Amino acid sequence: MLAVTAVIQVDDLHKSYGATRAVDGVSFQVERGEIFGILGPNGAGKTTSVECLQGLRHPDSGTLRILGLDPAHDVREVKRRIGSQLQESALPDRIKVWEALELFASAVPGASDWEGLLDDWGLTAKRNATYASLSGGQKQRLLVALSLVNSPEIVFLDEMTTGMDPLARRVAWGLIERIRDRGATVILVTHFMDEAERLCDRIAVVSSGKVVALGSPEELRREHGGATLVRFSAKIGDGGFLKKIKDVTAVRIDGESVEIEGTGAVAVSVAAALAAKGLAPVDFEVARASLEDVYLLLTGDTGDGSDESPVEEAP
Amino acid sequence: MRMVLRLAWLEGKLLLREPITLVFVLVLPVVMMIVMCGVFGNEVEVEDDGQVFFMGVGATDYYMGAYVAVVVAALGLINLPTHLATYRERGVLRRFEASSISRWSLLWAHTLIMIVLSGIGATLVVVTAKLIYDPTDPASPGLLILGFLLAAATFAAFGTLLGVLMPTARAAQGIGIMLWFVMFMLGGVGPPPEVLPDAMGAVGEATPLLHAVRLLQGTWLGTGWDWGRAGILVGILVASLGLTALVMRLRSAR
Ligand SMILES: Nc1ncnc2c1ncn2[C@@H]1O[C@H](COP(=O)(O)OP(=O)(O)OP(=O)(O)O)[C@@H](O)[C@H]1O
Ligand SMILES: [Mg+2]
Repeated sequence: MLAVTAVIQVDDLHKSYGATRAVDGVSFQVERGEIFGILGPNGAGKTTSVECLQGLRHPDSGTLRILGLDPAHDVREVKRRIGSQLQESALPDRIKVWEALELFASAVPGASDWEGLLDDWGLTAKRNATYASLSGGQKQRLLVALSLVNSPEIVFLDEMTTGMDPLARRVAWGLIERIRDRGATVILVTHFMDEAERLCDRIAVVSSGKVVALGSPEELRREHGGATLVRFSAKIGDGGFLKKIKDVTAVRIDGESVEIEGTGAVAVSVAAALAAKGLAPVDFEVARASLEDVYLLLTGDTGDGSDESPVEEAP
Repeated sequence: MRMVLRLAWLEGKLLLREPITLVFVLVLPVVMMIVMCGVFGNEVEVEDDGQVFFMGVGATDYYMGAYVAVVVAALGLINLPTHLATYRERGVLRRFEASSISRWSLLWAHTLIMIVLSGIGATLVVVTAKLIYDPTDPASPGLLILGFLLAAATFAAFGTLLGVLMPTARAAQGIGIMLWFVMFMLGGVGPPPEVLPDAMGAVGEATPLLHAVRLLQGTWLGTGWDWGRAGILVGILVASLGLTALVMRLRSAR
């Protein structure tokens, strides 16, 4: 069933630059209407992968399908139907905001109304400003707006919110959701976990050119997040009754403070057991791995580490 | 085609917003022309030993066709490559390309702009000369314009090749200025070619500028259309276009 609605299919993609294996066997599929996240350390091969899909770089091997087309051969049609916000690109210094939008709109027949985009992305006041005079975040917003000017079926956003202030990021998230609600598919490369968690239906975590995990944020936390921790304070003796609960894998007691490790719905079972004994600790706490914890677990130990640090890029 | 015109119009507007970049290439040839013509005058000079300078015509008349070619060379060797390399280095080309604006559209637009600017620069040179030195009028204005267009197209193609070949804007500018100076000194637009040592003269003969200069001088001085020189310019034009296409193909295969 997946294949029927998949708008993007990547199969065993390989791409090297000299001795650097930038992409080393990446495979994934994206369904129509999804917001698909790609996370991974610097130099993991995210940009290389998505730019191969956009027909901007040529893969060494592997099969790519986007909207049923091969980006290496049907570049023109692919470009017409997708939108790209590239990680590294710029506009001429002296071009004005409205001129850029008008120019890019004129490049594709039936482009959407760019005046509306100006408004959406908070650039109306900067309409007559030159590109060079925009702030970093404003430039970024213009580049994202430009990627949407042809009403694309698939939008590639490579570090879209880098440089945007917190409010602008939230506005951007809302706009991306709106684009998806209109039926577009979004590929989102990001280093921001909150952004991935909020927007992405599914996420591929890439490390050293390989996909190391793939699934919804919830699935990733469940499958790769390790144990759930439950903490509270109570007099429970040796806690023998807790050890008998299914899902509990370890119980650590230090005086009155108790820490329980477990899987699945362990927190509910522990709470029920405590309640049955008439215990109601007010400091009962449940800790699950956050997406960031999962990400660090998955990518933290990548061997050489020279090129790859699991550190968020400064905005 | 529509996109080429649109881009050319836009690039024209961008240039006017930063006119300082043009001053060097448009004003310098005028200044050099004023100096050279002022120094050498317009008398035909013959030494006692029968040696003639400036191909036996007055220096001012000699320099007219030459400085039209200098304008073309300055724009083609310095401005165009630097501009294109800057666009590539900063990611402007990628940005345009990802949005269905092909590299070729942009290259053609810049070629068009460069030819128009050459026209303006050449007019400046000729009008200034007319006002100050009153040189002989061109013998065949039609052929002069034809030669100018051929020279401008050739240097545009050569400059485009440099622009796509050079890794960075600095490299493009450095190489462009160097080539321009070499051609300027040896290409028949600086000292009279007759005073150059043989080796330098030979290098001069190998520069595209000299061919453009002689072609234009022929039309100005009335010695006719130099098919040989025109052929060489066409050759450089075609080779530059071919190599540009090759470089772009290799680049896009990465
Ligand atoms: N044009 C290129 N020439 C040579 N090496 C390259 C080129 N582009 C990328 N690389 C190398 O390929 C690897 C992957 O780069 P890529 O840009 O795909 O990483 P990324 O995951 O997007 O990283 P980041 O989070 O920093 O954007 C890196 O080691 C990089 O040095
Ligand atoms: Mg990247």
